[in-house]
Amino acid sequence: MHKEIQIKRYLPEEHAEPFWQTFRVPYDETTSVLGALNYIKEELDSTVSFRWSCRMAICGSCGYMVNGIPKLGCKDFVRNYPAALRIEPLAHFTVERDLMVAMDEFLQHLEAVKPYLIAEPSEPHKPHRQTPAQLAKYKQFANCINCGLCYAACPQFGLNPEFVGPGAIALAHRYNLDSRDQGKAKRMPVLNTHDGVWSCTFVGFCSDVCPKGVDPAAAVNQGKVESAKSMLIQMFRGGA
Amino acid sequence: MQQFEVLVVGGGGAGLRAAIAAAETAPEGRIALLSKVYPMRSHTVAAEGGAAAVTRADDSYAAHFADTVAGGDWLAEQGVVDYFVKQAYQELVQMEHWGCPWSRQANGDVQVRRFGGMKTERTWFAADKTGFHMLHTLFQTSLKHSNIQRFDEFFVVDLLVNDGEINGVLALEISTGELHAIQAKTVIMATGGAGRVFRFNTNGGIVTGDGMAMAYRHGVALRDMEFVQYHPTGLPGSGILITEASRGEGGVLVNKDGYRYLQDYGLGPETPLGKPENKYMELGPRDKLSQAFWQEQQRGRTGNYNGSDVVYLDLRHLGKDYLYERLPFICDLAKSYVNIDPVTQLIPIRPAVHYTMGGIETNAQTATSIRGLYAVGECASVGLHGANRLGSNSLTELLVFGRLAGEEAMRHARTSAPEMDQTKSAQTLRQWQQKLQTLTASKASGVTWVQLKRELVQTMEDGCGIYRTESGLQASLAKVRQLKQQYQQVQVGDTSRAYNTDLLQCLELEFCLDVAEAIVLASLERRESRGAHQRLDEGMTARNDQDFLRHSQVFFQSQADATLTWQAVDTSLSTPGERAYGAQGQQSEAR
Repeated sequence: MHKEIQIKRYLPEEHAEPFWQTFRVPYDETTSVLGALNYIKEELDSTVSFRWSCRMAICGSCGYMVNGIPKLGCKDFVRNYPAALRIEPLAHFTVERDLMVAMDEFLQHLEAVKPYLIAEPSEPHKPHRQTPAQLAKYKQFANCINCGLCYAACPQFGLNPEFVGPGAIALAHRYNLDSRDQGKAKRMPVLNTHDGVWSCTFVGFCSDVCPKGVDPAAAVNQGKVESAKSMLIQMFRGGA
Repeated sequence: MQQFEVLVVGGGGAGLRAAIAAAETAPEGRIALLSKVYPMRSHTVAAEGGAAAVTRADDSYAAHFADTVAGGDWLAEQGVVDYFVKQAYQELVQMEHWGCPWSRQANGDVQVRRFGGMKTERTWFAADKTGFHMLHTLFQTSLKHSNIQRFDEFFVVDLLVNDGEINGVLALEISTGELHAIQAKTVIMATGGAGRVFRFNTNGGIVTGDGMAMAYRHGVALRDMEFVQYHPTGLPGSGILITEASRGEGGVLVNKDGYRYLQDYGLGPETPLGKPENKYMELGPRDKLSQAFWQEQQRGRTGNYNGSDVVYLDLRHLGKDYLYERLPFICDLAKSYVNIDPVTQLIPIRPAVHYTMGGIETNAQTATSIRGLYAVGECASVGLHGANRLGSNSLTELLVFGRLAGEEAMRHARTSAPEMDQTKSAQTLRQWQQKLQTLTASKASGVTWVQLKRELVQTMEDGCGIYRTESGLQASLAKVRQLKQQYQQVQVGDTSRAYNTDLLQCLELEFCLDVAEAIVLASLERRESRGAHQRLDEGMTARNDQDFLRHSQVFFQSQADATLTWQAVDTSLSTPGERAYGAQGQQSEAR
């Protein structure tokens, strides 16, 4: 079986504008979109550029738009596309070259929410206790692989790149919900701002495209409740 | 660019742990972390099963030591193993304090699971995504330290060495194509393994032996490179890893007739379904299990999946709820990549190259023979694993020796004043600029890295697999050397500067070729069978302590074939004995 695959090329050293290029690729039931891209690079055109590594949907490198939907190339299959197959770089990110986008903004948002355990020093040689129920509260939000698909799905991030965005908010929420953490008060100021949780208009597409079932939309909306509470407390304290 | 005190190459578990340790040792210290990918893409992310440390009251350091030393067929450095087992628990507790979501018992204590070759349950885990959770915990924790300056997507291509002392590294900034000579008083290599030297492997595309080759080209020995671990359970076609924890939780292996064949290979008697026993059957070590697959294949008792010979992993008796709690990622991978539901179906699997036991030779404190150069993690040979690594020792290794490397390097940086030879660094920079220009001078017309890579991974699989022969190894060695010659004419098709992934893969192949030569040469010279290195030749099928209770050391020779020497092994704590599992193991322990 063969498939025509169109790739949106961008080679700023040669062409000022992006252009589409079509490749004819053999495939079978097991061929992933990433597999097709590697075939193109090795057999047809070695200048086609894209990121990838683990090819098992855990490293988060290979996010692309496939027929307009953010997907992990290694976990999406050519067989899913009986008609056209068009691959583009992730939407809303700055395109550097071909399917490679700048990840720096995303990482800045990630850093801004202080995504690490903030706690008083504990007994140095002893683990905390955490029951399975306490673990279950945040575990889902700890499964984010930082692939950026949710940012490519988020219309608000598309309009306002300052928006902290679904992935980073999910991570803030992950630590806020962790029974070992005491850092919520330090994280909320970032989430309370206009560029924090309140930018979200609850489209929910971020959760639809998440390849790991993290449900960042739930995190953002639970974050809104927390944000409202924390702002009210600030108000009563006369801090707002 | 400023001079760094500690420069870490590689943003996986070992590199991040080292950077954090250096930052904690000197909160105002200048630390650089260079990685060819964003740190959270590093291959630590794909580790699934867990991290070992003596935890339960009925366990002991002596038992973890004995399992590791015997598991490595007595080629481990025993002082190193002793240090490791004693530090392991504290490092896992440290990860817990940093937020790692370890799986728990009902009372909130950390849960431990069974693992191959381990006498007692001592493997901490975070479902079946332990490496992923550890890597993200470390990456996120590293963000607390503002004195760790990250250089993401900087591809280190060479070391700057002056008169036996490190001066820094040469790095290609991927986004611009620019080369930078970055000065540092100490450098820690944490670049991971070299599984991509083989055709069929569990490794990510980035696992190309870069750091090993770089240190090697500067005269540091690559030690014990013949010991390449085949993981017994990779998915056919892709090689995607199905964790050993599947068996730790009670999964069993059957051949095409539904027979639990491991009982025929010194691992029995058969343990009842749903009642796994440590060091029996499916909980034997990886080398023995992969060898058993090969034997079954020879006997015609393997099945077939899309053209691959396979055996089957049966998890069905564990039930849906338990599988989704303990092995959710495995269920997802099986569904996505072989369209199998493990709740109701058998998963086809076969061995795949997984891990390089050998690497850059270091002493017990992670220092190499170049002053100021350290190595840690899979790229290093600190001597922990010997001839076969036990599953769940390597994630702990990243932590124990990552911390040690970070502390040692920072201490060294603060007490030494290496002479920085600017002229020599500038000269190295110019040579590399010239080299990259030549590689990208014109659109490829002759040899491409793609052709050479295909021939390399094929010859490694043909001649240097689970069982090896003199003639097969001779053929592979000749082939690798021929490919190294051909590489001199290689051209990349992409002539641009920014994000030239064609060039990156071409340079990675050159690293692979050097590492491959070391692997094949050491395999050829080790004329015995030990751990993961098995010879079929007459007189070589058994372990031979008389002649080969020694580490191999391969040395790079510019413009000539690599050379090999032997090094004594530290057996000061445990005399080499019989390595046995199942009922035989029980008997030999009783003696």
